[in-house]
Amino acid sequence: MSGLFAIYRKELGDYFSSYRFVILFALIAMVSFVTSYMAGISLRESVEQNPKSGQFLFLMLFSTAGARFSMIQFVAFFGPLMGLFLGFDAINRERAQGTLVKVVSQPIYRDSVINGKFLAGATVITVMIVAIVLVIGGFGMALLGVVPAVEEILRLALYVLISIFYISFWLAVSILFSILFKSTATSALASVAAWILLSFVLSFGASAVANAVAPIDNKEEADVEMVMKNVQITEAISVFSPMVLYMNSTATIVDPSLNTTKSLVLRGPWEQILSARFQNPLSLGQSLSVVIPFVVALVAITLIFFAISYTVFMVQEIRT
Amino acid sequence: METEPIIKTDGLTKIYNHHSAVDHLSFQVLEGEIFGFLGPNGAGKTTTLLMLLGLTRPSNGIARVCGLDPNRKAINVKRLVGYLPENVGYYGDMDAAQTLGFIADLNGMHNRDRADKIQDVLQVVGLTENARKKVGNYSRGMKQRLGVAEVLLKDPKVLFLDEPTLGLDPDGAIRLIELIETLNRERKITVLLSSHHLQQVQKISHRVGIMIKGKMVAEGSIEDLAREKFGVGEEQYTLEQIYMKYFQEV
Repeated sequence: MSGLFAIYRKELGDYFSSYRFVILFALIAMVSFVTSYMAGISLRESVEQNPKSGQFLFLMLFSTAGARFSMIQFVAFFGPLMGLFLGFDAINRERAQGTLVKVVSQPIYRDSVINGKFLAGATVITVMIVAIVLVIGGFGMALLGVVPAVEEILRLALYVLISIFYISFWLAVSILFSILFKSTATSALASVAAWILLSFVLSFGASAVANAVAPIDNKEEADVEMVMKNVQITEAISVFSPMVLYMNSTATIVDPSLNTTKSLVLRGPWEQILSARFQNPLSLGQSLSVVIPFVVALVAITLIFFAISYTVFMVQEIRT
Repeated sequence: METEPIIKTDGLTKIYNHHSAVDHLSFQVLEGEIFGFLGPNGAGKTTTLLMLLGLTRPSNGIARVCGLDPNRKAINVKRLVGYLPENVGYYGDMDAAQTLGFIADLNGMHNRDRADKIQDVLQVVGLTENARKKVGNYSRGMKQRLGVAEVLLKDPKVLFLDEPTLGLDPDGAIRLIELIETLNRERKITVLLSSHHLQQVQKISHRVGIMIKGKMVAEGSIEDLAREKFGVGEEQYTLEQIYMKYFQEV
């Protein structure tokens, strides 16, 4: 136990005093200021035009796209980079500089090394996410003059928790690469490649496969079943992307007026009528039950990838 | 002087890809001695040390360190053994005191004498004045002495030193060798010293072992080995001559 704590403390100290943390934090602070400002301006305009849209105004600070992108989109796209940035050289840098064998020849269990590193990374991620949410929240409160209700705070807390798991997934992936590859350049490149593959290429691949299996070239003539099949295939494949999982997990949490994550085509007739009729926001429990499968899957892949890193590290030979 | 073996191996074997890096190795290190662990590069010395520490699992055979099986009681063994690896690395942005603090944390030292202990080992290796200097700016000799300070921190019964004088200037190497001898004499630490500097080994070792191609081809005091190779009354041969003789025979 003391070994785990010692490594956790050292890693945390390294992160907070490193340039990479300062750069990362500066970038994130900048982006969150810009997004909250943009979202705030566009929200103020829409409330002025339509005072009724003011429900869950505070939450909309995070989900409104403003001019460019919303905070949630930002985390979905670039959150992974945070995780990769923190973990890509976790093990192989120590191996290269010859400190790994020194650490494991101290009276500690070998898993303390990897657990301590992962926990320290997850802590840094938590600090950053909470900081962004607080910055946007505080700035938005000043800009809009709204204070968050209890439910909004709870929803944001859930959102923060899901985001931590999402980014930690990428931390686990990059730590795995830092165990598998001896050179930090290779592991950095492999991490970024995995990120691009799973976040961007997969969605193109999904629609390519769907179009091959269920072609809908001519939209007017396309038969309904074909269109449904096409969308089903696309969604089934793209769920393998952690980004899609994350977007789906957070969709109803930050936007209570959404009551499903299904695309319009896939909703049955009753579902369509219901969602048109009942536009009241869902309660927190209901929102959560809509997305719980995605949340569970997201947590699961994070744990699975950490477990793989753990296992590989435990059986690996450490000579230098 | 009859003493108990503190390290003992019997038929210790490590196989990598159908090739025996360590091949049925049996040898002993007695308590309180400096054991010169010699052999060409790739003879399996480092692999042996790693097996004795429980960092590598032997394919076959038995190893005992202070009566413990490193394979089962790795933590207990690592509490008693200080290991200074070949080409050991340091966190360049820490100073010596921070480095030793981290090692103390890893050893679970939280008691009040932690700071005294760190000061003490810094004093022993002669780095007190440079304790607040970043390790990244240390010379190679200073780094090696810091490595010795790290392994001393846990009050080891045994030291494994893998090529500690490699790449040091003559002055630095001599100071390090003298330091090792002092530690052995004053703190009664058993030392397993792997080195290619045969003159230095000869100067301080009580007994030596010559390992070639995974096997211990000779083990004993330098006089014994000289007598065995060159005959009675030929004990004036240097370790270098004895080593070359063994090496050519294999």
